[in-house]
Amino acid sequence: MDNLNIMIVGVGGQGTLLASRLLGKVAQKQGYDVKVSEIHGMSQRGGSVVTYVKMGDKVYSPIIEKGEADFILAFEKLEALRWIDYLKKDGTLVLNDQEIDPMPVITGSAKYPEGITEKLEAAGVRIRSVNALATAMECGNIKAVNMVLIGLLAGTSSIGKEIWLESLKEVVPQKLLDVNIRAFNAGYMVR
Amino acid sequence: MKELLLGNEAVARGAYEAGVRVATAYPGTPSTEITENIAKYDEIYSEWSPNEKVALEVAIGASLAGARSICSMKHVGLNVAADPLFTASYTGVNGGLVIVVADDPGMHSSQNEQDSRFYARASLVPMLEPSDSQECKDYVKTAFEISEKFDCPVIVRLTTRVAHSRSLVELDSRNETELKPYVKDPSKYVMMPAMARGRHLAVEKRMAELRSYAETTPLNRIEWGNREIGVITSGISYQYAREAMGDVSYLKLGMVYPLPEELIREFASKVDKLYVIEELEPFFEEQIKSMGIEVTGKSLLPVTGEYSATLLREKLCGIKGEKHYDVDSQAPARPPVMCPGCPHRGTFHVLKKLKLTVAGDIGCYTLAALPPAQSMDTCVCMGASIGMAHGMEKARGREFGRKTVAVLGDSTFIHSGITGLIDVVYNKGCSTVIILDNSITGMTGHQHNPTTGFTIKGEPTKQVDLELLAKAVGIERVRIADPFDLKNFEKAVKEEVEADEPSVIIAQRPCALLKQVRYEGPQRINGNCRKCRSCMRIGCPAIVDKGDAIEINIALCVGCKLCSNVCAFNAIEKAGDKNG
Repeated sequence: MDNLNIMIVGVGGQGTLLASRLLGKVAQKQGYDVKVSEIHGMSQRGGSVVTYVKMGDKVYSPIIEKGEADFILAFEKLEALRWIDYLKKDGTLVLNDQEIDPMPVITGSAKYPEGITEKLEAAGVRIRSVNALATAMECGNIKAVNMVLIGLLAGTSSIGKEIWLESLKEVVPQKLLDVNIRAFNAGYMVR
Repeated sequence: MKELLLGNEAVARGAYEAGVRVATAYPGTPSTEITENIAKYDEIYSEWSPNEKVALEVAIGASLAGARSICSMKHVGLNVAADPLFTASYTGVNGGLVIVVADDPGMHSSQNEQDSRFYARASLVPMLEPSDSQECKDYVKTAFEISEKFDCPVIVRLTTRVAHSRSLVELDSRNETELKPYVKDPSKYVMMPAMARGRHLAVEKRMAELRSYAETTPLNRIEWGNREIGVITSGISYQYAREAMGDVSYLKLGMVYPLPEELIREFASKVDKLYVIEELEPFFEEQIKSMGIEVTGKSLLPVTGEYSATLLREKLCGIKGEKHYDVDSQAPARPPVMCPGCPHRGTFHVLKKLKLTVAGDIGCYTLAALPPAQSMDTCVCMGASIGMAHGMEKARGREFGRKTVAVLGDSTFIHSGITGLIDVVYNKGCSTVIILDNSITGMTGHQHNPTTGFTIKGEPTKQVDLELLAKAVGIERVRIADPFDLKNFEKAVKEEVEADEPSVIIAQRPCALLKQVRYEGPQRINGNCRKCRSCMRIGCPAIVDKGDAIEINIALCVGCKLCSNVCAFNAIEKAGDKNG
């Protein structure tokens, strides 16, 4: 198959790394070659973080380039805007409808752009959006934002649900399994 | 069954399969996960050493004692360990000795982007460079074979994108190696002039043998494709090149020092146009040019930052990427910030208020140089803060010294701050040193160190008493203060910078990300708020100005209450029972 490229963008601390590990498992279970590129260290401290997941018959570079992402999984709206040039022509933006002010906005040296979703839609971006924070809270854990978004991505993809759930069980700690499955299902049901 | 491993995890696996018995390191991004993962193997003794120099010395000792040993560090760590490295090249090994160094092109989490390949050349030690996780594992095993066959340390060089990318790895079982007998041999292991002269000759002979080895080792391979273009490359650049250039011909160097001159000549003679693709310095290019071979590299490609397939397509093939969506993707920057609940926030709030010159250091707290704190003046290398504050005072006099402090973390202090502190005492300085004791090595992701009281395996051990240590080197004014008790912390700093003798303030409060730290949870702003914005000035990412109101983001707030400390109107209280 052609490579399937998924980018995960968000703010350090939002659980993007776990999401990328789960995607790696999904790829592996389908027998694909796969590479996942992560960022650790200083950038993780509340900064803009991006993770690349590439799968296919043979993957060379672990990095997704501009215009190459089939999916962008955006954990935050400003980050969706920042990375939108990486989305393919017919790609899909899976968007968490949440705003986290970056420090320049907090200190007043910049303004959080208004109407990001509308702007992206107007430019022809295909968007699947969910308020993952509210959904995660309803499911019982504010930290399950990542599984809500993975659920929504799963519902949009052509990969079978069982593969996603099997993978989820392998990366999430046992005691947090129930709440994460609930969050995944809630995301999966979004239409 | 293949496993999806980080490059660093694969290095750890390679060490395990190679029968390594001793592993040492000081944590540093992007190398940290190597030794974190080795620590999971009970067959291997592992440790966090106080710094990279000690780590390498321990590994050299273990090697001479007959064990296969591995020592891991980030690129700048190799500067610290360079002293033992250069002479270990002379002593050679007994059990195999492998040094893993992780470079950081693009500086994701570093203070410079030095190219460690030059260390291989300068210390006359062979260097291998893998390009994915499978090669990380395989090359580490090969490195041990080379080390024992040629009697030398071997460096394995990673870069961030190899160290921190996951790819599939075939696992093998551990090859239990016997301890080699220890034989006393001063002519080889005591490097004083008479012996070292003999060893330098041995090293040069070894280099000649390694050059021949490089010609035939499968680590270097040619992948023939279209012969109009030939590419010489290594490591992650190979992956970018394959993606951007497709079916041209490649000479992929797995051994990046010494180079296989004959193989390069043969490859060059069979392609029409030859490129070298290497991130950072023209290390291959200059050597290839000195062989008299025409090659194109840095005249088209940058010496700074990371490469990518897009960059190669643009610079070498003249193909520009196209934009699919007509939208202005310019967004306000999101630099990393101190976490909500971070103990350093209190410290730098006070230092900023007092308008002090702050000689800074390496850690999460370096973020204090950025807005909103902007209260750090310098950051050079591990432990530099103390020496630099001392130098500032000696250059500009005592008055300037009264407005200057050195600030560094507990782990950084142990790494190489203690020698600077001894210098201050010995040479009659009056510097004030603030040790940020957050009970852990923070930025690299929570590793134990000699001040935490636990080993890498989480076993209890003796704990360095920072207060006693400072007193023992001659500091008479040592005090402990809580950086969230802003009033008393400010008083402590004021008094100590005034004192005409050296002093140490231990700012004690644990990292908010530690499991045992339990704050009461999200706060909210109530009707008492007068919008004076005092709470905004501490620069917490959880507090936001929504124009008509100040709000606390409950998804971020941990409830550390530093903001309540600065609020004069009792306007901050615990939020209702939200889960989280």
